[in-house]
Amino acid sequence: MKTAISIKNLRKTYDNGFEALKGISLEVEQGDFFALLGPNGAGKSTTIGVISTLVNRSAGEVEVFGRNVDTHVYETKLDLGVVPQEVNFNLFERVEDIVITQAGYYGLPRTLAKERSDKYLRQLGLWDKRRDRSRSLSGGMKRRLMIARALVHEPRLLILDEPTAGVDIELRRSMWDFLIELNGQGTTIILTTHYLEEAEQLCRNIAIIDNGAIVENTSMKSLLAEIDSQVFVLDVLKADLPKAALCLKDFDARTLDDQSIEVTVRRGGSINAVFAQLENAGVVVTSMRNKTNRLEQLFINKLTGSE
Amino acid sequence: MYVNHKRIAFETIVIKEIRRFSRIWVQTLVPPAITIALYFVIFGNLVGRRVGEMGGFQYMEFIVPGLIMMSVIQNSYSNVVSSFFSQKFQRSIEELLVSPVPNYVILTGFVVGGMARGLAVGAIVTTLSLFFADIQIAHPVITVTVILLTSVVFSLAGFINAVYANSFDDISIVPTFVLTPLIYLGGVFYSTQMLPPFWQAVSALNPIFYMVNTFRYGFLGSSDVDVIWAFLILGVFAVSLYGGCLWLLRHGTGIRF
Repeated sequence: MKTAISIKNLRKTYDNGFEALKGISLEVEQGDFFALLGPNGAGKSTTIGVISTLVNRSAGEVEVFGRNVDTHVYETKLDLGVVPQEVNFNLFERVEDIVITQAGYYGLPRTLAKERSDKYLRQLGLWDKRRDRSRSLSGGMKRRLMIARALVHEPRLLILDEPTAGVDIELRRSMWDFLIELNGQGTTIILTTHYLEEAEQLCRNIAIIDNGAIVENTSMKSLLAEIDSQVFVLDVLKADLPKAALCLKDFDARTLDDQSIEVTVRRGGSINAVFAQLENAGVVVTSMRNKTNRLEQLFINKLTGSE
Repeated sequence: MYVNHKRIAFETIVIKEIRRFSRIWVQTLVPPAITIALYFVIFGNLVGRRVGEMGGFQYMEFIVPGLIMMSVIQNSYSNVVSSFFSQKFQRSIEELLVSPVPNYVILTGFVVGGMARGLAVGAIVTTLSLFFADIQIAHPVITVTVILLTSVVFSLAGFINAVYANSFDDISIVPTFVLTPLIYLGGVFYSTQMLPPFWQAVSALNPIFYMVNTFRYGFLGSSDVDVIWAFLILGVFAVSLYGGCLWLLRHGTGIRF
């Protein structure tokens, strides 16, 4: 599989002496949906800044689709779309103008720029706002505008730095759908996010960065397989609770209130066994949820381990 | 980047710049017109009548080229410094920096944007001056060339100011404490031949003195400076400032971290 991004021994020390990146190496395959996770100040945005040339690196090499970003500036930038963490468009310009202007920077003729702008503004639900000044947009709309702007030249690699921060759940889900579709069409996506559920839902591979170093770089599946146990909360009918408690006495289970039971399933175990037991006892389960986000627990474990 | 792509990118930057200052025309085009109109009324008309002749011309005729040049210098400078700094401040400059537009295209785009505003204001002021003086242009080629070069030089100077500026105060310090005194002492309102030799020598160190006087030569056919020497100075300034700006862009000074 060819690589979309290859980072070798990347270092960045800011003028104030802060060492943001301590020689990280990373590869992202073409067509991947890749998560870059880490706490605040871990080096995620600096990494993205270096890839997109907004941050001057202190050492190391970056290749985009096999081309060095220093020697193939035009080609690598053409392949790259960046959605930054903070709003970075002119708040006094019209929505449509922002996207069309960005297309112009990539050399797209006006008619094509207009076509692409229309396409992405429609897809991202901003069509009705296209003639509005961008400052009048809501937070979620501003983020979608930045995605439309990053896509207008149709890059092969899209980097999103916390694109759903501060976005409501409904909108976040629709952005997920959009990104999944985009990835399905072949666009490689690198995502940083604070919502670990988002990374788990969307990404196939993951790197965890902490204190300027990569502490984990693996597939999402492998990472989740490291989980020792999962805690499920089952809601049952009030009348069934005593039966449920009794039939789960051989499991690591405890009642939480008059209709909820918490069950811990160890690695190698199966929630199916719990359900089979409950079904045999004639207990009706009305709902089930993970008590904690699985990835969240692993994330914390990784970061604790790296300290 | 292909030539055609560069052309489109360049046009995009220029159109964006022109759209910016046109959108806020009440802030960008009207105030200089009012200020210069007041200069014409007060200095040219009221005071000028008592001054009589300056350098062999009616005082009003004498100050018209200087006032046009003053407005071009100030507006070329302030367009680039305010536009580039605003984009830095709002971080919208990142739109350009992540794109494949070469540095020289970015720089030339901003400079042409600055020239567009400088020359637009210059045209407004020239039109206004027709109400106050009978304008004749003795050397049109020199007039046009010097105004274009001056506009380039001050657009580039504005760019450097914007690159180093960290706050909105920083973009007003240079125009207030450097540019305005140099313009006023550059012979806009008087002929340096009126000055004692020492102050004539001091005036010769002021680059704006050469620009104002060469432009005046283009209008009136009379100047306090050698026109060839003035063009040489302008050319050196334009080339070295352009090179300096490109160096700053390449190193990411003030824009890349």
